[in-house]
Amino acid sequence: MGTADVEAVWRIESARIVAALTRFTGDFGLAEDAAQEAVAEALVSWRRSSPANPAGWLMATARRRAIDAIRRRSALRERYALLAADAAVDPVAGSLVDEDIDTDRIDDDVLALMFVSCHPVLSPEARVALTLRVVGGLSSEEIARAFLVPVPTVQARITRAKKTIAAARVPFELPPAAERRERLGGVLSVLYVIFTEGSTATSGDRLLRPDVAYEAIRLARTLAALAPDEPEAHGLLALCELTAARFPARTGPDGAPVLLEDQDRQRWDLSAIRRGLAALARASTRGLGPYGLQAAIAATHAAAPSVEATDWDRIVGLYEALGRVAPSPVVDLNRAVAVAMASGPARALAIVDELIAANRLPGSHLVPTVRGELLARLGRRPEARAELELAARLCANQRERSVLLRKAATLG
Amino acid sequence: MSTYMLILRGTDESNAALMASIGEAMAATRTFIEEMVTAGVLLAAEGLDDPARGVVVDFGGAAPVVTDGPYGETKELFGGYFLLDVASQEEAVEWARRFPAVRGSKIEVRRVAGTDEVPGDGLS
Repeated sequence: MGTADVEAVWRIESARIVAALTRFTGDFGLAEDAAQEAVAEALVSWRRSSPANPAGWLMATARRRAIDAIRRRSALRERYALLAADAAVDPVAGSLVDEDIDTDRIDDDVLALMFVSCHPVLSPEARVALTLRVVGGLSSEEIARAFLVPVPTVQARITRAKKTIAAARVPFELPPAAERRERLGGVLSVLYVIFTEGSTATSGDRLLRPDVAYEAIRLARTLAALAPDEPEAHGLLALCELTAARFPARTGPDGAPVLLEDQDRQRWDLSAIRRGLAALARASTRGLGPYGLQAAIAATHAAAPSVEATDWDRIVGLYEALGRVAPSPVVDLNRAVAVAMASGPARALAIVDELIAANRLPGSHLVPTVRGELLARLGRRPEARAELELAARLCANQRERSVLLRKAATLG
Repeated sequence: MSTYMLILRGTDESNAALMASIGEAMAATRTFIEEMVTAGVLLAAEGLDDPARGVVVDFGGAAPVVTDGPYGETKELFGGYFLLDVASQEEAVEWARRFPAVRGSKIEVRRVAGTDEVPGDGLS
């Protein structure tokens, strides 16, 4: 078996292995180390001969490495106890085999793993790295590539995260009912950060990094499967599917961004739209939350044959609802864009000018981008041009910047 | 990231063996499907009805000819599919290996071509 085959098995198994070992050892860091050792061994040993049951091999090896680590760490007395027990029946093997059969338990453990990886004691960057590593099964190299950071940075984040979790004595369990909704919100926001990094690459020379977005969608599907009664898990999944459905039309052959109004809607991915709408239906059972509302906005675009034929009044209403449940200047800015489409640029400009007066999005290229567009539509060309040039200066994505400069140039 | 289809291909013998223990087979398949759902890779799955009830529309001549199943020299029959969103062909193959298959059947693993590419025009 080659490296790609080992990676394939690892991707499928990593979350369950780390979850099962954490459940058994009570030590997340140790479990993660043991699992990493197992995959490193697999990369060497499977090249010589493939095991009949690769998943079982990984689990058994990771378990042995965990036992080795416990033996190295334990006090002498504890070590005796463990060795004595080992002579009769391996308690480790026994408990893991039992848990392997109980799929509900494993599912709960994988969900607990997501809660640990997205724990509020961790920095946002650490949550992202840890989730991709232990739940997604990505290597440090893959995470570094996805986020355009050096590999040692990712490794340091993961090492620090494991220490933080150990120091804070974060328990390996599903959060108690009172905290669960809030903690789930934390998990959702980590997955959303990963998705937006892939769908609107904040820096670099490419607009989209679909592989990063795909990791988020996959994790969102896992979360929706493990927490089927949480509407917002389905809402996030719907948002990701519906946004990703537009990826094929969002860049031209040369990689340059294509704006919504110019996109060839024939190229939108119909299967992804259908999956998104199905997830949105599951999110709608008890009124939509922030992700569900954003998904409903994306669904309104997906249902429209063109920009002109879009139900902009509905989109304005959805942004108003979103502004009530999750107030944010970005939501107001998006609402302004929708208002411009529904009732003209003058009313939209008033919303944007309010945002500027309150200095609620300082330094963002989005405000001058939208303001420039609105001024252009109002025929105030020199002001529009100045705004778009300001937006280009503030924008970190090279692809977006060149679109802004081109547009500014047409305003003469 | 790519979409792959796992195409289940049974023979008369493997289909007969499958029907002999259909209850267990269904339960095992359900578990397999749940695993793929939890892993976030399953997009769709369908099973086809008895091939004896199917027909073939043959375009060999001037006009299409419709014939009843079963299908003459065809040894392997398309029995159903799983559609997976995975990171690599190796991962699709790894899922295929895990299918609780009956002896004698096969799974064909095929990448789904994107909307803007010619099938076979290289992997992306």
